[in-house]
Amino acid sequence: MFGRYLAKRLPYMMLVLFGISLLIFFLARVMPGDPARLALGPEATQEQVQALRHRLGLDQPLYTQYYVFVKGLLKGELGMSLVTKRDVSKDLIQRLPATLELVAVAMTIAILGGIPLGMLSALHKDRTIDQLSRVFAFAGVSFPRFWIGIMFQIGIAYTLGLLPITGRISGDPPAHMTGLYLLDSVLTRDLAAFMDSFKHMVLPAVTLSLSPLAQITRLIRASMIEELRKDYTIVSRTIGMPENLNIYKYMLKNAFTATLTVIGLLVGWLIGNAFIVEQVFSWPGMARYGVNSVLRNDFNAVVGVTLVIGVGYVFINFIVDLLYGYLDPRIRLKK
Amino acid sequence: MGVRNTILNIEGLKVHFDTLDGTSRVLDGVELSVREGEVVGLVGETGCGKSITAKTILRSLPVPPGRIIEGEILFLGDNLLELSREEGHQVMSKKMSYIPQDPMTSLNPVFSVGEEMGDLIRWHGRRRLGPLELMGLRRKHDNSIAKAVELLDRVKIPAPREIIRRYPVELSGGMRQRVLIAMALIGYSSLLIADEPTTALDVTIQKGILELIEEKVKEEELSVLYITHNLGVARRLCDRIYVMYAGTIAETAKTQDLLDNPKHPYTSGLISSIPKLTGDEFKGIDGRIPDYIDPPSGCRFHPRCPEVMEICEQEKPELVKVGGGRLVACHLFSTGGES
Ligand SMILES: Nc1ncnc2c1ncn2[C@@H]1O[C@H](COP(=O)(O)OP(=O)(O)OP(=O)(O)O)[C@@H](O)[C@H]1O
Ligand code: SF4
Ligand SMILES: [Mg+2]
Repeated sequence: MFGRYLAKRLPYMMLVLFGISLLIFFLARVMPGDPARLALGPEATQEQVQALRHRLGLDQPLYTQYYVFVKGLLKGELGMSLVTKRDVSKDLIQRLPATLELVAVAMTIAILGGIPLGMLSALHKDRTIDQLSRVFAFAGVSFPRFWIGIMFQIGIAYTLGLLPITGRISGDPPAHMTGLYLLDSVLTRDLAAFMDSFKHMVLPAVTLSLSPLAQITRLIRASMIEELRKDYTIVSRTIGMPENLNIYKYMLKNAFTATLTVIGLLVGWLIGNAFIVEQVFSWPGMARYGVNSVLRNDFNAVVGVTLVIGVGYVFINFIVDLLYGYLDPRIRLKK
Repeated sequence: MGVRNTILNIEGLKVHFDTLDGTSRVLDGVELSVREGEVVGLVGETGCGKSITAKTILRSLPVPPGRIIEGEILFLGDNLLELSREEGHQVMSKKMSYIPQDPMTSLNPVFSVGEEMGDLIRWHGRRRLGPLELMGLRRKHDNSIAKAVELLDRVKIPAPREIIRRYPVELSGGMRQRVLIAMALIGYSSLLIADEPTTALDVTIQKGILELIEEKVKEEELSVLYITHNLGVARRLCDRIYVMYAGTIAETAKTQDLLDNPKHPYTSGLISSIPKLTGDEFKGIDGRIPDYIDPPSGCRFHPRCPEVMEICEQEKPELVKVGGGRLVACHLFSTGGES
């Protein structure tokens, strides 16, 4: 049953990925400004610019360029970056883990914090604890992230000196396995590196997690309140289901399922918003690289970053779909 | 058979709903009692307030929009309306059982039948679980699934071992209703409130369910409040019947007395509107149940009553004794009328 569901989703996902690659490629080519001219600066002669255009293949017709792009893609190449003069895929592999780690930790905080907060709020609806959590949720969505990040830096890092202000690690990074410092240091049993990277992680991850945390809190609160009024909740309570089992198992599964789709979208939001946090905390991640590429019209890098974000987005939502089908038999059993 | 103790006694229960159009005065002084081992029917046309009565007893009235204005519900010595949430839950889950009216919305859609029944059997009567039990880590090596299968078998579900793995979406309305009946039979209870438990079932299965309830009543001294709009079913099962009209009790009497010699004009109408007293649908009298926001003055039945008198529009008839353990709320009987 589950396999059939999966088989139905896979081709769809391939199609979406193909569409993304096409879209990103053409959008990057129609960005205003000549990348070759920008790379060489105003001093360069027309001949030099022309030569670089030729080297980059920019003088070819668009469909030929796309063909070359896809051919490279299949070999794992994304074309040369005009800034670093290396293949974009190398740049990305170097920076991607930092962003992934940041986003994963932020998302974990948001989910693990948002669910209990939302439940607490719903179960104590309109009482003090609910009011507080609603104020917090409102603040979490409305305050700009860069401002929160800077406040953290001034208050917790600079004034109190509890945590480092910027960067990903102060000492040596743990031996490279996945590129995720926290994971690598656990795998290599390197306690010093773990504590080091953990301390660096706290502020950026918390900053990034606040808005999704607030949104998850609100959603869980709303769906738990709805669950409390559902016939099946009332019936099972009446016929003798222990109260906490009814809440933490029977209601929560429904409420979480209702929130899942939005959690998928939030991951996309996190990746998209990571660059602000990376900028504030000098986090050596991919998002910062992406923004710089856009500013310099480094088109191969732009395509590469966007592609990775797109693929990540599709992948996350694929996982969410699977989870959704797994959790909710109504989805799974539909033919 | 001596005088049996009253286990449920409702007095002057008024329940209103706050709606956008104004206050809907649904229950207007309901009086009802159930004795030990007694099967009591609550009969009336759709919208008359049967389910709201049941939900109020079970402390599951949606508040808001619902509001309990006044009244008293005594159950085994406790005034249910005054208990705290915790105490209420304790009394209810141990001493009461419930078969809800709507089988389509009363089962949790994301759990299999066996999962939910298993938990109900395993933890019946517990108000809270410890953390380990909650996480499912300490599951007593138990026979709860076997017991679930047995219960499903008793409510005539074919292939219960198969059904146990199914989710509510995969089951028909009749199947779900039987699952809910099986759930209500888990554990021992004193009072079963059954809200139209056999509407989605065909006649043979319905007969089986009624027999099952009769059996429980005999074996365990179970009391039942059986809600239905079908007088035929009520006649089969009930010792005594309450006839309800627009949120008020019109009349109560022993089943046979009520059917042979109805006193309240509404009861007469109800009986004569049934072609034959079997399982057929109830057809209704002229007119419909009144609007609860602006209900008729005096006797709520007066706009439809063939015997309406002047006083009926002005004064609400009280529920009075008319002999033989019967109570009637009608001005024909309240002051020296025929009795
Ligand atoms: N949530 C609600 N909000 C407002 N009014 C309600 C609500 N629930 C019930 N009512 C009103 O209470 C009246 C009685 O409803 P109830 O469900 O008790 O009827 P019933 O006798 O069980 O009918 P049926 O035989 O159709 O089940 C209805 O006419 C409806 O107008
Ligand atoms: S009180 Fe009057 S209106 Fe009401 S049922 Fe009796 S006779 Fe009819
Ligand atoms: Mg009803």
